Amino acid sequence: MTGTPWICEPCGLEKLPDPVGEPVIRLIGVEKSLEGKRVLDGIDLDIPRQRITAIIGLSGAGKSVMLKHMIGLVRPDRGRVLIDGVDIARLSRSALNKFRSRFGMLFQGGALFDSLTVFENVAFPLREKTSLGEGEIRERVRERLAQVGLQDAGGKYPDELSGGMVRRVALARAMVTDPEIILFDEPTTGLDPIIRNSILNLICHTYHQHCFTVVMISHDIPDIFQWCHYVAVIHDGRVIEAGPTDSVVKSVSPFVQQLIRGDIAGPVHLM
Amino acid sequence: MLSLAESLGIRTLRAVNGLGRMMIFLGAAMTSAVVPPFRARRILRQIHFIGVKSLFVIVLTAAFTGMVLGLQGYYTLRKFGSEGLLGSAVALSLIRELGPVLSALMVTGRAGSALTAEIGIMRIGEQIDSLETMGIDPVKFLVSPRIVGALVSVPLLTALFDVIGILGGYLVGVKLLGVNAGVFFGRMESSVELTDIVNGFWKSLAFGLIVSWVCTFKGFFTERGAEGVSRSTTSAVVLSSVLILVGDYVLTSVLL
Repeated sequence: MTGTPWICEPCGLEKLPDPVGEPVIRLIGVEKSLEGKRVLDGIDLDIPRQRITAIIGLSGAGKSVMLKHMIGLVRPDRGRVLIDGVDIARLSRSALNKFRSRFGMLFQGGALFDSLTVFENVAFPLREKTSLGEGEIRERVRERLAQVGLQDAGGKYPDELSGGMVRRVALARAMVTDPEIILFDEPTTGLDPIIRNSILNLICHTYHQHCFTVVMISHDIPDIFQWCHYVAVIHDGRVIEAGPTDSVVKSVSPFVQQLIRGDIAGPVHLM
Repeated sequence: MLSLAESLGIRTLRAVNGLGRMMIFLGAAMTSAVVPPFRARRILRQIHFIGVKSLFVIVLTAAFTGMVLGLQGYYTLRKFGSEGLLGSAVALSLIRELGPVLSALMVTGRAGSALTAEIGIMRIGEQIDSLETMGIDPVKFLVSPRIVGALVSVPLLTALFDVIGILGGYLVGVKLLGVNAGVFFGRMESSVELTDIVNGFWKSLAFGLIVSWVCTFKGFFTERGAEGVSRSTTSAVVLSSVLILVGDYVLTSVLL
């Protein structure tokens, strides 16, 4: 995918340069069946470097499974998943683990460790995967918690937090290692509009600060279009539309238009 | 007829596949346990959880088991005029069989079910996936310390079970029913051999492995939400208990 230069309207921050080089993630002919059901049916998708790409589609379309392929949590039955040209489906477990240090991921429910405090949750990847000293870890965790507005919640446990706070802690944890690529699996689902916008704003701001590659599954249609540069539409395990946000919004595909407008009538009949 | 054969074939393949997965899982966990970095703090935490926190239930069960053995043994032996053998009967029953088996069953009920539920909840809450995305091997991080913790804790709990059980038998046999204390302990000393204790140790080690292996495996591969956790926990407890009893028979036949 290539796109026009982009200005972040919500953040009001400066225009970013056009994406350079090859796409950072490439899915080529990816097929996957789970429990006898074809979930991904030949996915071809490029994720541009240092841009925010939103993946949209109906529930059960295969979005989360596709996202898990990008970080090697699920291996394809057929096809290739390339990260900077390296097929991660063919890597050994230890090589894949090293590769994953380039990634951060925010799961739908936050996936925080219940037995650890907020501070310990955010510090966890640093303590486990880096050789940083405790002082430096504390400094960095405090910084990240302040970024997500939770500097005073470090001593709390996940079950003492609201849904929005859980997502913000998970966001801080995903960012704490300064990854090149961050994957978000429905970061705002089930949140009220104010918290939802604050989280999207937070993602946008941190994106501008660190300029990482973002892949985000979202059901916040059409609101998500103001936050992302590129959109991929998934239906029945296939990419049916992908490109810069403007071009996808103007797509002539009846399914894409039905999805964007949320029409009951259209090519998809749920009743 | 064909469908019966098909069904039998499918069940057999599933069983073999399941067993293969369990063996691969155990192999990965044991390999991770001996490859650095060693997570001493996590292992100590598991020894505390599996061992220290099981002390109360082990002491209670052991005391009453020993007391029942003392009571039953006394009235059975009295029929043959052999009350003096009560100490031997209680000690040998506990050291050879009841100590390892009952300790392991108690650990399964108290700690094994909790291991399955904890890991199962981590699985359905995507915490295990989260570990993987951070490049952390979840088997090394979650499973190996629990297996090592159980391998250390269960033999120690079994030793404690044996001692408390013998004291329970002493309490009933000597203090309540009037068997001579010197005879009780004298016969025990002459009949219990080092082999009995060593065999009991091997059994407890094997049972510790069975409990931690089955329970972590069931938790690790939990599916389908809260109901899945409940199903995994139940099947972990049932399978562990059955394997302990079957294993006890197999080990007894090999070690005797």
